[in-house]
Amino acid sequence: MLGRVRRALADVPRDERPQDQPVARDYRRTHGDRTHAERVGLLAENLADYRADVHRCGPAELPALIARLLAERGARSVVVPAGLPPEWLAEADVERLPDAAENTARDLDAVDSVVTGCAVAIAETGTIVLDAGPDQGRRRITLVPDHHICVVRARDHVVDSVVQGLERLDPAHPLTWISGPSATSDIELDRVEGVHGPRTLEVIIVEDAAEG
Amino acid sequence: MSRTYLGMPGSHPAASRAPFPEAAAASTQDAQLRGNLRHATHTIRAKRAKAVAELDDWGALRAAGAAIKDRTLRHLDHYLERLEESVTRAGGTVHWAVDAAEANRIVTRLVQDTGEREVVKVKSMATQEIGLNEALAEAGISAYETDLAELIVQLGDDLPSHILVPAIHRNRGEIRDIFRERMAAWGRPAPDGLGDEPRELAEAARLHLREKFLSAKVGISGANFMVADTGTLVVVESEGNGRMCLTLPETLISVVGIEKIVPTWQDLEVFLQLLPRSSTAERMNPYTSTWTGTADGDGPRDFHLVLLDNGRTDTLADRVGRQALRCIRCSACLNVCPVYERAGGHAYGSAYPGPIGAILTPQLRGVGGSLEASLPYASSLCGACYEVCPVAIDIPEVLIHLRERVVEGGEVTLRGSKAVIKPAKGHAAERAAMRAARWALDHPGALRGGQRLAARTRRFHPKRLPGPGRAWTDTRELPEVPAESFRDWWARTRGERGEK
Ligand code: SF4
Repeated sequence: MLGRVRRALADVPRDERPQDQPVARDYRRTHGDRTHAERVGLLAENLADYRADVHRCGPAELPALIARLLAERGARSVVVPAGLPPEWLAEADVERLPDAAENTARDLDAVDSVVTGCAVAIAETGTIVLDAGPDQGRRRITLVPDHHICVVRARDHVVDSVVQGLERLDPAHPLTWISGPSATSDIELDRVEGVHGPRTLEVIIVEDAAEG
Repeated sequence: MSRTYLGMPGSHPAASRAPFPEAAAASTQDAQLRGNLRHATHTIRAKRAKAVAELDDWGALRAAGAAIKDRTLRHLDHYLERLEESVTRAGGTVHWAVDAAEANRIVTRLVQDTGEREVVKVKSMATQEIGLNEALAEAGISAYETDLAELIVQLGDDLPSHILVPAIHRNRGEIRDIFRERMAAWGRPAPDGLGDEPRELAEAARLHLREKFLSAKVGISGANFMVADTGTLVVVESEGNGRMCLTLPETLISVVGIEKIVPTWQDLEVFLQLLPRSSTAERMNPYTSTWTGTADGDGPRDFHLVLLDNGRTDTLADRVGRQALRCIRCSACLNVCPVYERAGGHAYGSAYPGPIGAILTPQLRGVGGSLEASLPYASSLCGACYEVCPVAIDIPEVLIHLRERVVEGGEVTLRGSKAVIKPAKGHAAERAAMRAARWALDHPGALRGGQRLAARTRRFHPKRLPGPGRAWTDTRELPEVPAESFRDWWARTRGERGEK
């Protein structure tokens, strides 16, 4: 096949290198100049626009908030990534299933919720990105259970744009970009939230106390 | 069950080879199809315009997208070798398929090697193009489509009609009937008393497919992008069925056209902005998955990448036509096309409907067949497709070029070898049209002027389509006029750039 490709490109001069074909990157790195607070505000707004439930709190309130969200949902069990800070679930009255290679999809299907951190959150598009890091776990744990609580640490994770987000991410890790719960418009273009992924996505944005 | 069957015998995409005007004549008489299509295309069109308007650097992103694809295509051999290396390094296995038959053989053998007889599939135009499901069925392997619309199409024993919303020709009542009647034969039956609310129908699909996902051992996908440098594949989707197919099975087989390469990780910053806004008119689609080879204990243990030619190198050999390979399958061109709106997707006789199908199918298959020869005429040359295309494919230019090939014949590359095709017979009218078109091409200033005029004075456009199209259009609504044509924007901003 490479022979066919080369014959097809007979008109390309032999000494032309890929970089001789110019690519002007004069698009914007970000679409706006924002303060930290504005950036986090935009993230919350865009997440909500795509039907994620957004909550905001300080670090001290986080365990109680997670416990409350799980209780309101009636969740009795939760999958826990290996590196999730233990205090996050300290107040939750639920059975814990540690993320492990042995857990089958059926095991996960029997669990109510999953709680994770994230790698990056992109304000302009309302996107959270998971990179399978220690506080996020295997890809399947945020896919099979029907309820996902994702904790975003505002200071560490929030960027403005897709350009900035990609720069921070390592392609060697499997990535999942999530912008609102799954959706379909396949039936007469009526948007229905929640087909196969978690039908409820709750994002908790945690601000450091110092940020007020 | 009422069926909107559009004169397309058989379920294999390649089975539908009626010339475009005849197939289109059938669908233009179908009031429901036309109503559904008009509603759908107009809705998406308006939303897309809004999503695009949010980015004031859209023109620059579009130019960068086109330039990245051109760089890739002009050096495709280099990037293919690089991709093979990086995928292999990351633990994947790369296979090369020169045509549909070879790709189908490879995938069938890979599935057989696992000992499985069922696979789950995420919507992929490449596998539809090669008729993979039919090939697997012949080998006794059931392929389950898991995209909601593809499920509707598959259960209804039907053909997709739109890239993005393949079941756009079905309304909710029909979908309920299809689910009630057919789900049981494929797996978990539809719930008792299933109604026709989209939410209920989506829930029925969730339950039906969950059974399949949880037990699936083999997944088959395509990919939106492949990064040559890193060996990363990218799948952009909405429903989560893609994530299911990409992460739950033990073996993953991805069949991807060779033109889906981008050189670097950074290049994704352009396409992950262009694609969702052009396609579903969202800032970002609900789910995007990227993976590089295999990951320890997370996702499939075996990953196979089947690189598909199937006419792509023939297309690449054509200096005018090769720009069609920039396409990122967003479907924006379908939604603005007055001909597509009238004719429906099935009339294009391949996996690729609308303006992109009109230039891609005749190039992938050659213009020897009557369907392929008629497709370049399936356009009023209004230029709306070019204006919305996020990678600036000049579809009218390629259409004119292909019309010339149909009418005049000439040298082409067919299945990797040079061939000379004869002029089409009985195209006297087209020949006259061609003379005018050639004049325009020989006078680039006139073409540019004509396009600018078209963008600014759309309301003066003729109400009837020229050429063979005339027979099957009575009236048509004209697409919204873009505020500034791409060519104008290009001229303006290139000028500005010099001053920076
Ligand atoms: S030709 Fe352009 S507008 Fe049409 S589907 Fe391809 S990328 Fe989208």
